[in-house]
Amino acid sequence: MRIALFLTCLVDAVVPAAGKATVELLERLGHEVVFPPGQTCCGQMHVNTGYPGEALPLIRRYVETFEPYEAVVAPSGSCVGSVRHQHAAVASGDPALAARAAAVAARTYELSEFLVDVLGVTDVGASYPHRVTYHPTCHSLRLLRVGDKPLRLLREVRGLDLVELPGAEECCGFGGTFAVKNADTSTAMLADKMRAVLDTRAEVCAASDSSCLLHIGGGLSRLRTGVRTVHLAEILASREGS
Amino acid sequence: MSSARDEVLGRIRRALADRPAPAEVRRDYRRTGELDRTALLDLLVDRLVDYKASVRRCAEPELAGTLVDALTERGAARVVVPPGLPWDLPGAVRDDDLTAAELDDLDGVVTACAVAVAETGTIVLDSSPDQGRRMITLVPDYHLCVVRADQVVQIVPEAVARLDPDRPLTWISGPSATSDIELNRVEGVHGPRTLEVVLVD
Amino acid sequence: MTVFLGLPRADPESHLHGAPFPQAARAAIADTQLRRNLGNATATIRAKRARVVGEVPDWAALRAAGAAIKDDTLARLPELLVQLEEAVTARGGTVHWARDATEANRIVTALVQATGADEVVKVKSMATQEIGLNEALEAAGIAAWETDLAELIVQLGHDTPSHILVPAIHRNRAEIREIFLREMGRVGLPAPADLTDSPPALADAARRHLRQKFLDARVAISGANFAVASTGTLSVVESEGNGRMCITLPRTLITVMGIEKLVPTWQDLEVFLQLLPRSSTGERMNPYTSMWSGAVEGQEFHLVLLDNGRTAVLSDPEGRAALRCIRCSACLNVCPVYERTGGHAYGSIYPGPIGAVLSPQMTGPSQNSTLPYASSLCGACYDACPVAIDIPSMLVHLRSQVPHPAAERAVMRSVAYAMGSPRRWAVALAVSKAGRLLGRRRGRLSTLPPPLSGWTSSRDLPLPPAESFRDWWTRTHGDGS
Repeated sequence: MRIALFLTCLVDAVVPAAGKATVELLERLGHEVVFPPGQTCCGQMHVNTGYPGEALPLIRRYVETFEPYEAVVAPSGSCVGSVRHQHAAVASGDPALAARAAAVAARTYELSEFLVDVLGVTDVGASYPHRVTYHPTCHSLRLLRVGDKPLRLLREVRGLDLVELPGAEECCGFGGTFAVKNADTSTAMLADKMRAVLDTRAEVCAASDSSCLLHIGGGLSRLRTGVRTVHLAEILASREGS
Repeated sequence: MSSARDEVLGRIRRALADRPAPAEVRRDYRRTGELDRTALLDLLVDRLVDYKASVRRCAEPELAGTLVDALTERGAARVVVPPGLPWDLPGAVRDDDLTAAELDDLDGVVTACAVAVAETGTIVLDSSPDQGRRMITLVPDYHLCVVRADQVVQIVPEAVARLDPDRPLTWISGPSATSDIELNRVEGVHGPRTLEVVLVD
Repeated sequence: MTVFLGLPRADPESHLHGAPFPQAARAAIADTQLRRNLGNATATIRAKRARVVGEVPDWAALRAAGAAIKDDTLARLPELLVQLEEAVTARGGTVHWARDATEANRIVTALVQATGADEVVKVKSMATQEIGLNEALEAAGIAAWETDLAELIVQLGHDTPSHILVPAIHRNRAEIREIFLREMGRVGLPAPADLTDSPPALADAARRHLRQKFLDARVAISGANFAVASTGTLSVVESEGNGRMCITLPRTLITVMGIEKLVPTWQDLEVFLQLLPRSSTGERMNPYTSMWSGAVEGQEFHLVLLDNGRTAVLSDPEGRAALRCIRCSACLNVCPVYERTGGHAYGSIYPGPIGAVLSPQMTGPSQNSTLPYASSLCGACYDACPVAIDIPSMLVHLRSQVPHPAAERAVMRSVAYAMGSPRRWAVALAVSKAGRLLGRRRGRLSTLPPPLSGWTSSRDLPLPPAESFRDWWTRTHGDGS
């Protein structure tokens, strides 16, 4: 299958490793990956901060860039959530664009749901000999309803010791500009999430949203806990120790 | 100046200027229960006990004796009964527009009921002559309530269908309780602190 | 676009706004006792709710029906309100209409004065909290006694409610004992001197304190959980029996109700009597529900129908679903923000996720510009809501309505401009690489200037990557796509 990668602006700017891992993983599974160079951002930050007018050109760009492809995959539950739940609504003033946005959104997938639902694989041939706990992230859970798909993928990874995260479904406190506008509340939520992560004694906290990982990882780094945050794609692409 | 009534109604009509389509209400939730009579009554008893009500079961001929036993064990010598209560209880005070203060001096109240809901452990009073004014089941600290098996339904929709909204209704699920202190349930605030049910089968 | 058609917002006197949320939240978060109280209480109620909702096989169908019944009600509100008025009047009640808080307070005060009473007993009611009725009655020389245990704790503690269902959720048992010992004697029967902090002892002290007030009261004031248009039936859902005391004993009963608390038919109660108790206290059924149609058992009955900004909410097609709310407070109990800040931080008597949408809608967004941002948009509230109010989407919608700070607007516009073309975006990414110089020593960024200092106050940022994804892609896959 020919798959278009939607990198997302955050991966592009800060954590390209998650993007590279997504490409390596899909290619290893025998698929052709293309990177449409016209892409920038889904516009979620603008929509969620109250600037739908500024987001509209970004949505138009997303639709025009990805319209030619039969499948679009992004290593981010949050961005796919925005594409699916916000694009057509924000574009409602332009019914033609809204219809096109809805059509592209229906072909846009978060990585774990693409692997399990579309490609029908759970064993992607990865090996990763580490103790890992998984934070499911709010938008993957409650906007996309990915359920246990990421866990099913992780359970097939050789050498991986998966430990349950207490209070897994609770928000880490990122919330986009919430982390800055309500920094105290965000930090209080993060503190509880970090305590839960540390209680598992995992070496690695994984998730499929770079934004939440940036937040949790930023806190763990500040406290010099030694626990690393790693994107699900990087674990699934890993052949470490095999 | 227009009246507040006209103005509020006018505001609502303006607010609905986009004419939202009336929503279609699909009642595809459970409307009737599926339990047989034995299971139904057992469920009611289970849920009443779960709510800290005590339950006695008896057959129709034993009812009067069962009521007397209950009152004796409770030590309730002076209880109020509604004017249409069909059972004779020694020493009972028939409600004749007693005041709240007079009711406060009595040991308890004995009534029938209109409907009981097994799944939620609920008894509904509808102020019929065998249940009386709402006040008499509220002020005394002990309520002894008779439920007949044919009054028991399984789920809430069945109870709503049996009730007459033109009667004052009181739905009772266990004794008075509060969760206001640290969200822990504590039985016994203003309503009767003891609810006892006699289930007649 | 949203057009408000010039509909009046809530009376400015209403208890619907306070200090900006971030500042109020900071103070609340610093209070470790408060956070412990809230954490324990919300964890308890979340577990109870999950258990009793989980045992209902048709919960999804009930939830969908609840939402549809409320939407149907809102779409037909004028005819249904008139129908309610006719039904209540036909059964001996009197219906009053109030445009705003001031008018409602004036109506109720006059009704109490007409009875000659100088005190009233009250059933916990959000509508009367919203309009500041107790203060208005006090100004007229009428004492209003709150009779719900939590409201009593709040009133005796000279405090304000912090939760819709459990207004004293921010207090623990030791604090409640102190308040009872200190305050009860000043307004009536004192608490026993040997009062302990066990919840049964505290509940018993409240029972004794209020008993005489109930027996003496001539006027009661209540809210309503539901009103049935076709039958004129009002209902109050409660636990303690204080509601029954107020509704049953006094000769005059005055009910103040928002115009949205309506359901069309008697049958509709079969849905809400299942949704509400399980969502609010996490019980299969609350201990007591009272229902009455018109004036019953020799009472005098008045119903006050209140607008106070509700029609402005109704006028926004993207926001009107907030009027489905049945005040269960399930959204508060699952909200990670509420759990850390408590209800006072919201500055409105409607706190938590539903308050963050309802309060700005009622006051107008400029009066409450920080509340729509008091959420991480985690979505837990939407999942828990028994009438399926999509609170996260509504918050996002309101964020586009509030006034934005000029500096933020400038940043958002320039970022959008940079993202508007891949060429400009590539330049922006190249510039951000300069950030690598800032954190060379530790390999991460730990201090950034405002507003990003909000991030680095507790979190590091990784350095921008040495090789961007695009450079890597070109190196490994070539230029074309």
